Amino acid sequence: MKFMGYKRPDGTVGVRNYLLVLSSVICANHVSRKISEAVPGTALFVHGNGCGQLGADGEQTQRTLDGIAKNPNIAAVLVVSLGCEGSSAERIVENVKATGRPAAHVRIQDRGGTTATIKAGISVLKEMAEECLSQEREEVDIRDLVVSLECGGSDATSGISANPLVGWVSDRVISLGATAILSETPEMIGAEHILSGRGVDPGVGKKIKEIVKDVEKSANAMHVDLRGTNPTPGNIEGGLSSIEEKSMGCLAKAGSSKVMEVVRYGEIPKSRGLVIMDTPGFDVESVTGMLAGGSQVILFTTGRGTPVGAPIAPVIKITGNPKVAEWMRENIDFDASPITLGKESLESAGERLFQKLLYVISGEQTSSEVLGHTETGITRIGPSV
Amino acid sequence: MKKAIINCLRVNIKDNVVTLIKEITVDEELIGKDVPSGLRSCSSLKLGHKIAIGDIGEGDRIIKYGETIGYASRMIEPGEHVHVHNMVGGRGRGDLE
Repeated sequence: MKFMGYKRPDGTVGVRNYLLVLSSVICANHVSRKISEAVPGTALFVHGNGCGQLGADGEQTQRTLDGIAKNPNIAAVLVVSLGCEGSSAERIVENVKATGRPAAHVRIQDRGGTTATIKAGISVLKEMAEECLSQEREEVDIRDLVVSLECGGSDATSGISANPLVGWVSDRVISLGATAILSETPEMIGAEHILSGRGVDPGVGKKIKEIVKDVEKSANAMHVDLRGTNPTPGNIEGGLSSIEEKSMGCLAKAGSSKVMEVVRYGEIPKSRGLVIMDTPGFDVESVTGMLAGGSQVILFTTGRGTPVGAPIAPVIKITGNPKVAEWMRENIDFDASPITLGKESLESAGERLFQKLLYVISGEQTSSEVLGHTETGITRIGPSV
Repeated sequence: MKKAIINCLRVNIKDNVVTLIKEITVDEELIGKDVPSGLRSCSSLKLGHKIAIGDIGEGDRIIKYGETIGYASRMIEPGEHVHVHNMVGGRGRGDLE
């Protein structure tokens, strides 16, 4: 199946065509924002990381920044760095250039401060804009699509309608040769026996059990009941009574496909089909990880209602809660509540959502894009030092 | 006779709770596929919350989606709200370590 997307020199396919300003460290966020604001058609990625991070924690942030910079929705990148930080702006630039796309770098300490760096950055970015923003959509294959499966602000409707709906669409895109990423490892606790049985081979099944065991162990090390933090107070108010109940609902997002591979946070999958990424249950950090993994679009369910988006990809917000569909309608792209109320079949709603997905990947704006939501968060695995 | 409107869902036939798909008031009859007839809610509850469809003893499994989602922390009667006040999770229990 074909859709209208942007072809990249490395063979990947974008559903958006952004010029990206990427801050390599928290200290470069303000300068990055000012540069980005001056050039229309620019996306901005800022975050709270990039320095004082030890070992695997620093490597995880670097891997995420590398992945965000070469996400298929990005036409070209300007990296803004401070100069003395732990993350490597040079490595980000090299990685982008290796994909055949333009990348440049401005360093605040080399340019003589805020004002001079903003001026230099705007000048570089304007040149890039002329080169990249005129690219047009072409016919591309849906096989190159990587769909993120996310839930945030869940309630009990998520598990009985919105998530099974997303699972139906996930199976559909996978049957067409595309990829879908399931994430949020804490929300596999209590459902890992089902998920591990769906591994394409025993190694994948074993890996699923391992990541769930590890996340439960690190949560238990805080010596509190996970309930109250996950499920959150809002999840509980929405009827979810335990992590096991929430996990069973979350699992439905992955439909019935085999799990082909388990990847680390922010890692780009090698396989097509259903892939699991080891991320936190905190939705914004989970989405950021999947975007670093090369995903171009997010199917995002919510029962309580959440407005969050992403700076470099469209988020399709879906609710199975009839009240939220009405009350927070400006933040909702797809109303799945007819399934909850028994008024529409999963198949019928699945066809509607699949069509919506095709429109969005071909250019239709989602509510989070129109409203300007660009939340980001890179998860941490170590202390700041 | 007016046709009764479905207000709850028993996700799996093994389940001992149903999930409300509508807000209900106290003593309202629970109507849904595979839901025992004559079952009434002991309290007014919001959409998404669970109600026991039979007696659940202290320590017994709470089953939804055909899977264990936790354990009753006290005796629960048919029609009673099942939530954090009378069930505990079995996983992520750092408080017990």
